[in-house]
Amino acid sequence: MNPRKYLDQIAPHFEPGGKYQKWYPLYEAVDTILYMPNQTTTTAPHIRDGIDLKRVMITVWACTFPAMFFGMWNLGYQANLTIAANPALTGSGTWHQYLIAPLAGHDPNNLWDCLWYGAVHFIPIYAVTFLVGGFWEVLFATIRRHEINEGFFVSSVLFALSCPPNLPLWMVALGISFGIVIGKEVFGGTGKNFLNPALTGRAFLYFAYPASMSGDAVWTAVDGFTGATMLSVAAQEGMAAVHQQMTWWDGFFGTMQGSIGETSTLMILIGGIALITMRIASWRIIAGVLIGAAATATLFNLIGSATNPMFNMPFHWHLVLGGFAFGMIFMATDPVSASMTHAGRYWFGALIGFMCVLIRVANPAFPEGMMLAILFANLFAPLIDHVVVQANIKRRQTHDA
Amino acid sequence: MEHYLGLFIRAIFIENMALAFFLGMCTFLAISKKISAAFGLGIAVILVLGITVPLNNLILTHLLTPGALAWLNPAFTQVDLRFLGLLSYIGVIAAMVQILEMFLDKYVPVLYNALGVFLPLITVNCAILGASLFMVERDYNLPESAVFGAGAGVGWALAIVALAGIREKLKYSDVPKGLEGLGITFITVGLMSLGFMSFGGIDI
Repeated sequence: MNPRKYLDQIAPHFEPGGKYQKWYPLYEAVDTILYMPNQTTTTAPHIRDGIDLKRVMITVWACTFPAMFFGMWNLGYQANLTIAANPALTGSGTWHQYLIAPLAGHDPNNLWDCLWYGAVHFIPIYAVTFLVGGFWEVLFATIRRHEINEGFFVSSVLFALSCPPNLPLWMVALGISFGIVIGKEVFGGTGKNFLNPALTGRAFLYFAYPASMSGDAVWTAVDGFTGATMLSVAAQEGMAAVHQQMTWWDGFFGTMQGSIGETSTLMILIGGIALITMRIASWRIIAGVLIGAAATATLFNLIGSATNPMFNMPFHWHLVLGGFAFGMIFMATDPVSASMTHAGRYWFGALIGFMCVLIRVANPAFPEGMMLAILFANLFAPLIDHVVVQANIKRRQTHDA
Repeated sequence: MEHYLGLFIRAIFIENMALAFFLGMCTFLAISKKISAAFGLGIAVILVLGITVPLNNLILTHLLTPGALAWLNPAFTQVDLRFLGLLSYIGVIAAMVQILEMFLDKYVPVLYNALGVFLPLITVNCAILGASLFMVERDYNLPESAVFGAGAGVGWALAIVALAGIREKLKYSDVPKGLEGLGITFITVGLMSLGFMSFGGIDI
């Protein structure tokens, strides 16, 4: 049967007055995922362009794939390395190992072993994010009569990728619920929120369950093993300890512990370059973040400190550690919660870079600051736009007068 | 110098009056619909805080603390007038706000009209009294209380201007009926506070 024909055939049931008009958003979602929407604009202005919000969101989603697959492999690689080095440790110690044991071993050099280990950990997190988040999305869409938006694809994948590998699934559900409902849906859905929903959910978990979201035990999915992320190592023992454990290139390629999708700067940049080339992510924001972070880190380097080793971390290290690259490419460039004016985007980005390095260096409570920096900058994005617009008005007035 | 800079930054960001202590909520929620009005109120709060906190510090150290009146008569060394603290602080604040209001009425009538009834209401804004009480509790000396007062004011002003920016943006959002107005503003403020928690734990 031709699905297009079938959809057209059942369409009247979902239109106003039909039997299932309540479920129209679900029908619309299925229809527009499978086919091009057939609406056309009826009033001016007309813009001829192949791109629409749906395609933008799907593209962003697809651009996270390199980071996602690398993340799964790296999760397994880190865990299997640990198991190989400590014969006493046998596995993740959770239900995951019943899925791992029959299909894969624990050889860190075996691609399949690592990938499967990671997939067993990541896919449940992503599935829960998708199902629970999707439930809220559909619930709000049906009751409030708005369309189900593909923005949810992006929020869910970003949220799942920024989780540590060992996060309990009920926390995943709680976090994405908070992010979708309080961060987005109470404001009316995609495009009407002022904070990035994925970040809101993650920040909620971060402050509600700090032990499961940060700390040393959560980064490697092996029971009984604790290992600090490089940022904590740098904060506690200094750059010399970091150099002992890894090179800058290790950080760039991402073979280190961390949140699932955040470790590999290279893989994130591959997605990022695609996004910039397609002009979906704003290069102005990314440039702003880089400049802000580089300037702040260099400033801290110059000030120097005898007691706080983070002062001496050079900025190219800041770029590859923690969630910096992931946040810069995927979260800071969220078109909804970022600044919308060109000039404002530089300042918005610079504020993120500045805050991120500031939190990492000056705040002993949080070793990682990217997520909080972006949330903080989101708060000021409308204000930055306002200032830019007002300055423009003033400039034109004096120009024309 | 570094000490004062640290105090100033802490008062603005880490111990933000509006978003860390949730003080001064009534004006914070009511005057944050437009950036221009919020900015004006922010300036007024900076002025009032910057002046009243050191002023109250003077009153505390020279009139109210035990033995402060000894300069008047040696017999007064035992006198402890701290129970009058609350009364005198709020009196100073009320007088200051009155003067500010007369000043604005005369020289900046636009701002005066925009602020309307909320300027007199600054008198009972708990952020203002709160700053004076923090000053007492933390034993700030005169320069410290001046820096702290100004910093607390700047922090509160920053928060209300940011909130106004967000609310201007939220005009285009589609909030459920039951949450319109104050409801969504409370949620917004809560989320802003989440953003400001990034500073919690910084030790300056």
